[in-house]
Amino acid sequence: MKTKKTVVPFALRSSVAALALTLGLAIAMPSQAQISDGVVRIGVLTDMSGAYSDLAGPGAVIAAHMAVEDFIARQKPAFKIDIVSADHQDKGDIASNKAREWFDRGQVDVVTELVSSTTALAVMKVAKEKNKIALITGAGSSRITNTDCNDVSVHWVYDTYATGNGTGKAVVKQGGKTWYFLTADYAFGQSLERDTTAVIEANGGKVLGSVRHPFPSTDLSSYLLKAQASGAQVIGLANAGADTINSIKQASEFGITPKQTLAGLLMFITDINSLGLKATQGMYLTEAFYWDMNPETRAWSKRFYARHKKMPTMVQAGLYSAITHYLEAVKAVNSDDTQKVMAQMKKMPVNDFFARNGKIRNDGLMMHDMYLMQVKKPSESHYPWDYYNVRATIPAADAFQPLSQSRCPLVHK
Amino acid sequence: MRRLWMVLVLAAAILAPAVLYPVLLMKVLCFAIFASAFNLLLGYTGLLSFGHAAFFGGAAYVAGYTIRELAWSPLAGVAAGTAVAGILGWIFGRLAIRRQGIYFAMITLALAQLLYFVCLELPQTGGEDGLQGVPRGTLAGLDLSNDLTLYYVILTISALVFVLIHRTIHSPFGQVLKAIRENEARAVSLGYDVDRYKLLAFVLSASLSGLAGALKVLVFKFATLTDVHWHMSGDVVLMTILGGIGTVSGPMVGASLIVTLEDQLADKVGALVTVIMGAIFVVCVLLFRRGIVGEASAFWQRMLGNRNSPGI
Repeated sequence: MKTKKTVVPFALRSSVAALALTLGLAIAMPSQAQISDGVVRIGVLTDMSGAYSDLAGPGAVIAAHMAVEDFIARQKPAFKIDIVSADHQDKGDIASNKAREWFDRGQVDVVTELVSSTTALAVMKVAKEKNKIALITGAGSSRITNTDCNDVSVHWVYDTYATGNGTGKAVVKQGGKTWYFLTADYAFGQSLERDTTAVIEANGGKVLGSVRHPFPSTDLSSYLLKAQASGAQVIGLANAGADTINSIKQASEFGITPKQTLAGLLMFITDINSLGLKATQGMYLTEAFYWDMNPETRAWSKRFYARHKKMPTMVQAGLYSAITHYLEAVKAVNSDDTQKVMAQMKKMPVNDFFARNGKIRNDGLMMHDMYLMQVKKPSESHYPWDYYNVRATIPAADAFQPLSQSRCPLVHK
Repeated sequence: MRRLWMVLVLAAAILAPAVLYPVLLMKVLCFAIFASAFNLLLGYTGLLSFGHAAFFGGAAYVAGYTIRELAWSPLAGVAAGTAVAGILGWIFGRLAIRRQGIYFAMITLALAQLLYFVCLELPQTGGEDGLQGVPRGTLAGLDLSNDLTLYYVILTISALVFVLIHRTIHSPFGQVLKAIRENEARAVSLGYDVDRYKLLAFVLSASLSGLAGALKVLVFKFATLTDVHWHMSGDVVLMTILGGIGTVSGPMVGASLIVTLEDQLADKVGALVTVIMGAIFVVCVLLFRRGIVGEASAFWQRMLGNRNSPGI
């Protein structure tokens, strides 16, 4: 009980001090440029060592630095820009604690990257509480712009709705009419299967069946043999990460792949790179970005490659795009005030090598085109990282969940 | 001497938020409770449970769910979490204490994995996204959304828990536990119902672990699969061993060290965090097996030339 007595005075004293400080500041500079402490601080919170470090991680930090350097060279802003980064180790509590500390003590204005949905959802809530901005590029949960949406978060690169539906729809159109699902038996896998099934049937395809495997799983052979026996043209992989990698490797070992096509419902170019073309050839997947699409993407990606020794994933390219857009908005309103910057970001279209005419919706989703990729045969690949044939462009309106179906409370106000 | 130490530590804890970040301090306190509860079992009863994440995380989910979905007060939610952890502890304990050594550890691990998969599949937990956005609410008119207020509330609870653990260890009940640790057969021959003592210690340890997990939900406002994952069971073993098994303050030191390192190194060394933690563990096991506090108190006693003084 002794401890409690000291509580009130201490808390009071510090809040009074804080109040006095803010008032003092407010009086001291009534209509100055509104960059708090003269520096725009960007916090890159990512997985530097774990399962997602390949698709985000150190490469994302490099992309962030490139975005800032390019912005300074192009716009010569009056304010300073600083980047801090941290490894959230895929743990929600570390991510949330770090973000809180950055906002409270580090004068960070925006937290970005946030791969893995646990960390993204946790940090979005901290950002809302502290009235700061969260730009999510790495995580894919569609909860970010549905039930858990808020007005200070933007979901920049992809969500599982887009990668699942995009692939489902486009593959049926390419002639893959009969499907069989290999599904990770938990909420994520099941919802991916359900959503993709709906889109396949709506486009005239047919789902012959599905098999559920425990999560995580190292031996998928019996499930794969069932999928093989189904005779479906396409085997949809409604799983993620290591499960997807194992499915693909084992499908290749069983000789399933050249005859039946695999469709990855959530995959990245780094997965293809680590699996190799022999195991992945012919696979369909949906991505928001491919380095070898046009001169602009190539130019940027080669600069990135020079620093990271790997080509960028859509997450890393998207991070560059998100930070650039944020900084442009800060410059346009000459303020790092959260509401003003968010309003400006939603007003300006996103036009860069990553997105064309991208637009941030009210639920926080950045609408942009997605691309259906097919992995090349080893014989078609002529230089390093020459992995994809771009089979179709999926217009933003088709790729993402329509706003009318959104369960985000901000939409139906 | 010991009383002076306790007063100093308490004073430091009261003043700490002026220097250190309160959220980090609260996390340290939660894990200090967790590691101390675990130490009650490993250090004083000699039972190595590898399933304590089930109690920590299970309670976290129960507290999160009751506070968020059923709109219970934070205190009621924490109590519910603690109670459920106690019940789980009773069930796990009943099954596990029939075996000893590695089999005991494996049974607790297996049961904890069962609970992990239940948490993964249940719609109420939010699966891999976690149970997010648990409000902190108010306690007796105090607004817990203020970090400092919550810190002092948690500090008070922690202080009570540490007193409880201290009392338990130094009670006749604690003496029996130590007797079981030293020589189970002899404890049986002296007429003690060893299984009942073990079960009681297990339930107590599980409940306090649950309390730690439930408090952590108040601090971070979410419960996720990390809390029930077997890594968490491993982390608590690491904290206890690093601090010093069978010392009262060891687990607190171990927990503070691990949590602070995990957090503070996150933005300084990046990918090396896990390597550094691993190296610390290896060094600890190779060079100072009694843990930090164990070695320090042994050193202290050597200096005093006094062999039979009790540990810190």
